[in-house]
Amino acid sequence: MKRVLTGNYAAAYGATAAKVNVVAAYPITPQTTIVEILSEIVANGELNAEFIKVESEHSALAACIGAQSAGARTYTATSSQGLALMHELIHWTARARLPIVMTNVNRALGPGWSIWADATDSVSQRDTGWMQVYCENNQEVYDTTLMAYKISEHADILLPTLVNLDAFFLSHTSQVVDMIDQDRVDAFLPTYAPEYKLDIDNPRSFGSLTSPDHYYEFSYKMHKAHEAAKQIIPEVHAQFAKEFGREYGMTESYRCDDAEYLLVTYGTIAGTTMDAVDRMRDKGIKAGALKIRYFRPFPSEEVRSILKNAIKVGVIDRMISFGHEGAFFTETKAAMYGETVPLYGFIAGLGGRDVSIKDIESMVDKMQAEDPSNLIWIGVKE
Amino acid sequence: MSVTDELKAAVQAQTNKSGDAGHPMEDFLRMDRIPHIWCPTCGIGVVVNCFARALEKIGIPLDDVAVVSGIGCTGRVAGYVKIDSFHTTHGRAIPFATGLKLGNPKLKVVVISGDGDLVSIGGNHFVHAARRNVDITVICVNNFNYAMTGGQMAATSPTDSILTTSPYGNFETPFNLPFLAESVGATYVARWTALHIHRQTEAMIDALTKPGFTFVEILAPCPTIFERRNKFGDGLDRLNYYYEHSEIKHGEPTANVDVGLRTKIIVGKFVDKDRPTWLDSMNSHLKRKLGDRFTPYEG
Repeated sequence: MKRVLTGNYAAAYGATAAKVNVVAAYPITPQTTIVEILSEIVANGELNAEFIKVESEHSALAACIGAQSAGARTYTATSSQGLALMHELIHWTARARLPIVMTNVNRALGPGWSIWADATDSVSQRDTGWMQVYCENNQEVYDTTLMAYKISEHADILLPTLVNLDAFFLSHTSQVVDMIDQDRVDAFLPTYAPEYKLDIDNPRSFGSLTSPDHYYEFSYKMHKAHEAAKQIIPEVHAQFAKEFGREYGMTESYRCDDAEYLLVTYGTIAGTTMDAVDRMRDKGIKAGALKIRYFRPFPSEEVRSILKNAIKVGVIDRMISFGHEGAFFTETKAAMYGETVPLYGFIAGLGGRDVSIKDIESMVDKMQAEDPSNLIWIGVKE
Repeated sequence: MSVTDELKAAVQAQTNKSGDAGHPMEDFLRMDRIPHIWCPTCGIGVVVNCFARALEKIGIPLDDVAVVSGIGCTGRVAGYVKIDSFHTTHGRAIPFATGLKLGNPKLKVVVISGDGDLVSIGGNHFVHAARRNVDITVICVNNFNYAMTGGQMAATSPTDSILTTSPYGNFETPFNLPFLAESVGATYVARWTALHIHRQTEAMIDALTKPGFTFVEILAPCPTIFERRNKFGDGLDRLNYYYEHSEIKHGEPTANVDVGLRTKIIVGKFVDKDRPTWLDSMNSHLKRKLGDRFTPYEG
């Protein structure tokens, strides 16, 4: 069934289709409408779930951790400061191997207070052990949310997923979203049946003190699970494509095959970049775009195989790791270790500033001129 | 004289300290930030106005005052007042204020924030600052919901109130804020509504001049969300509701002052007691223990 949905509603309907059992959340702009529509869906009885509006984001994720440990499929959503407040429990979720799915509406951190798009919030959670996906449009938000449960809950993975969408560009913008019939979703995503849970008939204790004899192996196994995810994610994508006809990858290539100038990016800037690629192609410039969907696990091999034949590669980050460069630029460079293609890092659109097609075309101009060791800021008002 | 002329005359009669005709609050507000974002007939502006009057009546130099607020509609107060102010993260106004007060105990530190900020996400700080009796004044504008984000149910939403996350009415029990404040040790507790402008100003004067953790709750209309969704009309209708349903009961045990959705509203000064502040306690305790080796901390 096709409906016109905002990105936030697409996330909420994705969670609804996944038949989550417990939703715990706290309001924050621009995430709020996700929680509002979910509270209504639950109150109407359209989704047989418990909805609790707790007293902070920290409590929201804590409540999800509790519910998930008891065997429930859970969902929460937040943004920016809220995600930062959750940080302690974001680590906890992954280390407890709880396959929670959370939507994060990418928003800048204060001060100065900003409610607009910026990926600093989620990138700051890079080392927590969560898988992270970045979405370009509302259909992708809906589909990714559904697939995230299947991927996270896979017995060889058991890791949480953060599904990211850009503030306002997606969260509050409406697009046509093709929603999947519930019986077909149910066939794709069976009921959550964890092997380990808190169970009065079979008592267990979670969260115990762990000596150096074991902690190291716990971390090793988490990393192995991320490596396994690199294999399993494409399998789930393939199954989704077979069932529902929409194809996804850990990355998405656009006119990359013969591209000389390749731009790597994520989130909504990816859509603009693809339009810019078309325009540059019309002008005779062989441009291409590589959208990175999965930031964790990072698809290094895939990125490398796509980029290695380009003449020049630019990476556009809507965040800056202060004192260094954009995080996706860092990852891309690491993936390209040993290759000789020059790489350029672009910082654009921080705090929701618009990134236009012209801005992206200007990046290719700069790639032809600038020293690749320079980090290039787009549109700085000096 | 027509009503329009009367209004014009009233506006002209209001002059700022420089003697220019202008906004009567001009000396207290950052006029470059005006117009503010508050909805017509919202109660927060009333509270800011009364707060300014209270400071004026006390006669404290504005340089000696700092305003701290958290996040939400009331959180915007810090941005509009032309005194040292701090717009902090959500829920953390009180710990920021605690640090500010300890860093400079000579400052008059005032937290002005909303119910969602102070007693939901910031509830833990509220109870501990009151328990310690940190010498700050907390003015809570209670509009019964998270208004800034569009009207979600809060820890203060009366049972049965309809909000965006309680489409069929709230089934939770809300906080009774004066009871909460008293039970954790506040030295002064009063509640008024946005209608009671003189009484809330007097309460602010009491709270600002009394040592310790002093607390004033102001019930304020939220015309866009709370009043609309719960069929109270606009902010003026709600003021009329306050007029008809408020009952002044000074000294009423705070356990009795719950606010229901359509019940009478008990207002008044409920608590006024003396307790040593955190800083006084620390100084006297360590003086007793360490004698001359201890120099009392005065900032």
